[in-house]
Amino acid sequence: MSSRTLVFLIPLIVIIGFWLMARYESRVAHDPTHKSYWERNGTVLGLTFIGLVAFWSLFLVTLPYLYMVVESFHPKLPPAQRGGPNDFLTIANYKSFFVNQTDGQFNDTHMYAFRYSILVSAGITILNLCICYPLAYYMAQSGTAQKVRLLLLGLIVPYWVNEILRSFAVKLILASNGLLNSSLIKLGIIGPEGKIDFLLHNTGMWVGLSYANLLIMIFPLYNAIESLDKNQIEAARDLGAPWWKIHRDVVIPHAKPGIASGCTLVFMLAAGSLAAPLLLGGPRTLWFTQVVYDFFFQSFNWPRGSAYAFILLAACIAIVLGMLKAFNVKLGEAIK
Amino acid sequence: MSAGVELDGVTVRFGNFTAVKNANLDIKGGEFFSFLGPSGCGKTTILRTVSGFLDPSAGHVRIGGQDMAGIGPNKRPTALIFQNLALFPLMSVADNIGYGLRVRGQDKSTRMKKASELLDLIALGGQGDKLVSELSGGQKQRVAIARALAVEPKVLLLDEPLSALDLKLRQHMRNELRAIQQRVGITFIYITHDQGEALTMSDRIAVMSDGVIEQVADGATVYDQPTTPFVASFVGENNPFNGTISKATRHEAVVDTGFGKLRGRNPADLKAGDKAILFVRPESFKLGKGQADASLISNVINVAFEGNMTHVFLKGATKKNITVTVGRHGGAEVPGQGDSATISYDPALGLVLPEGKMARE
Repeated sequence: MSSRTLVFLIPLIVIIGFWLMARYESRVAHDPTHKSYWERNGTVLGLTFIGLVAFWSLFLVTLPYLYMVVESFHPKLPPAQRGGPNDFLTIANYKSFFVNQTDGQFNDTHMYAFRYSILVSAGITILNLCICYPLAYYMAQSGTAQKVRLLLLGLIVPYWVNEILRSFAVKLILASNGLLNSSLIKLGIIGPEGKIDFLLHNTGMWVGLSYANLLIMIFPLYNAIESLDKNQIEAARDLGAPWWKIHRDVVIPHAKPGIASGCTLVFMLAAGSLAAPLLLGGPRTLWFTQVVYDFFFQSFNWPRGSAYAFILLAACIAIVLGMLKAFNVKLGEAIK
Repeated sequence: MSAGVELDGVTVRFGNFTAVKNANLDIKGGEFFSFLGPSGCGKTTILRTVSGFLDPSAGHVRIGGQDMAGIGPNKRPTALIFQNLALFPLMSVADNIGYGLRVRGQDKSTRMKKASELLDLIALGGQGDKLVSELSGGQKQRVAIARALAVEPKVLLLDEPLSALDLKLRQHMRNELRAIQQRVGITFIYITHDQGEALTMSDRIAVMSDGVIEQVADGATVYDQPTTPFVASFVGENNPFNGTISKATRHEAVVDTGFGKLRGRNPADLKAGDKAILFVRPESFKLGKGQADASLISNVINVAFEGNMTHVFLKGATKKNITVTVGRHGGAEVPGQGDSATISYDPALGLVLPEGKMARE
């Protein structure tokens, strides 16, 4: 049996496992007052619910991922040879991320892109946290209802514009003859020769990536800070704490799950984003998702592309779990 | 170390709404002072003004003689105990108590020493490592007091801290609070809508209504010699009889009420023809006939036996019933429902006050 067929069997095995567990549960801990699923929903509705959930989770989520996992362990082959003697399981695709297959040298280009993407994503996460924390605190604790609504509107409305258009707008502002440079020249802050090449220095990419993920950081923070009892803040103040100690000792510890949740999301999304680095990154910038994208759509090397994608995924998960552990936040709290 | 608190013409406005109108008070150092009033009367606003979370729109707050204008809550020699206590749930009990010292830059050993001293004071010795959530309601209460005392405030402000506790615990904590106050000897300013708390604990009470301080006096004076109809009707049970004064001397006045002429003390020096209210406490009434202008007859609507006493409700001139409280061993036979009963009082216990705002039932 080939590994590709096995992929389709895994969900079946999992479903049978769950079914057996449910049977066991109902036998061991049977509650006579509890109505069974079928009694509550009837046969037609019950089947519909199960069918829809199963379709969504199996066909749209689980199987495609599993298929890509399997694909990443196969060599790239023309369609005619698939399933033939050359179609064997291999870790060559994963190895090729570290070592060039042709000359045995370290694969500096890809590893650099990977490192760069991860580091910049971490930077974007920290930058976003610094921007969003004061905003979220203002919205949750000190702003009047009317001002908060206005601020929210100001934050949400720009998201009606699609990301590509927004990226080009940022590009127009930051271009060497763009709005920012010409304003700086007019204000006499820089001379006409001293134009700053913001795009070359990746300023555009940082702006674009932070802006794209702003709301994703703000809302978990807002939710977390909003649930803090105002009296806690006042109690700390009354006991003599200056504002920054109130934040250090009371607000941030309380908002930690929200901070973790926001940071996790922003980090994951930034590391996996494509449009902003592609459109706003400087000519010397190579974002790791671009490498993945090129494997899929330029060289049609799906196995290697999916291997790279899983390397990114695994690294992101490892980093996020490491961070949660370091800051002592449970995974359940962060995804609340 | 304690300090007095002086309110000098303090007015607090929120937009068009005046929460506190021209409050003048001189709370002495080491005093247990209560603000008593119904919710929305402005007592919490006064507390927040003293603690520094609100700035008075007019007037001055002085603590220990020093004007507090422009001094934030974190710099004032006050500590506030919140209604919901606002203990820090993520810190241990000892860390909660030591927090005020921590933000003052004291090292850990000083903090722990102070925390254990205070834990002994509040009879929770050795429980510093517990989390706040592991404590009972009364214990949390005491931890909140310890946390406030740790910064050695000159004035401790308490915002209805007992309201979340059940009755038994509340009564116990009254004694506890009073005892702690006497031990540490600092000024306590206590906010409550519960007259029982105010009367049992306080050296003096300020009764407030709609932002105005109606009367400032010790508990017995507030109860026996209220100066306004609001105080008379808010503190303790009282039976009002509205009417017009028919005859008045410097000491006594006779009010023409729905039950005929009734006599009482006249501390406000009202004159004949003034609109007035005569107040007689339920326990001042006796069953049976008394002096002619201190007796009345009405029908018994209901009788409520409460063990040590019996409340007899008689039909009043308005919707409000007349309440008469009869002691268990009062002698006279308690009338039954529907009977006509004669009741009387000692005119020295009747109090005639000018007509004015009453407390809501």
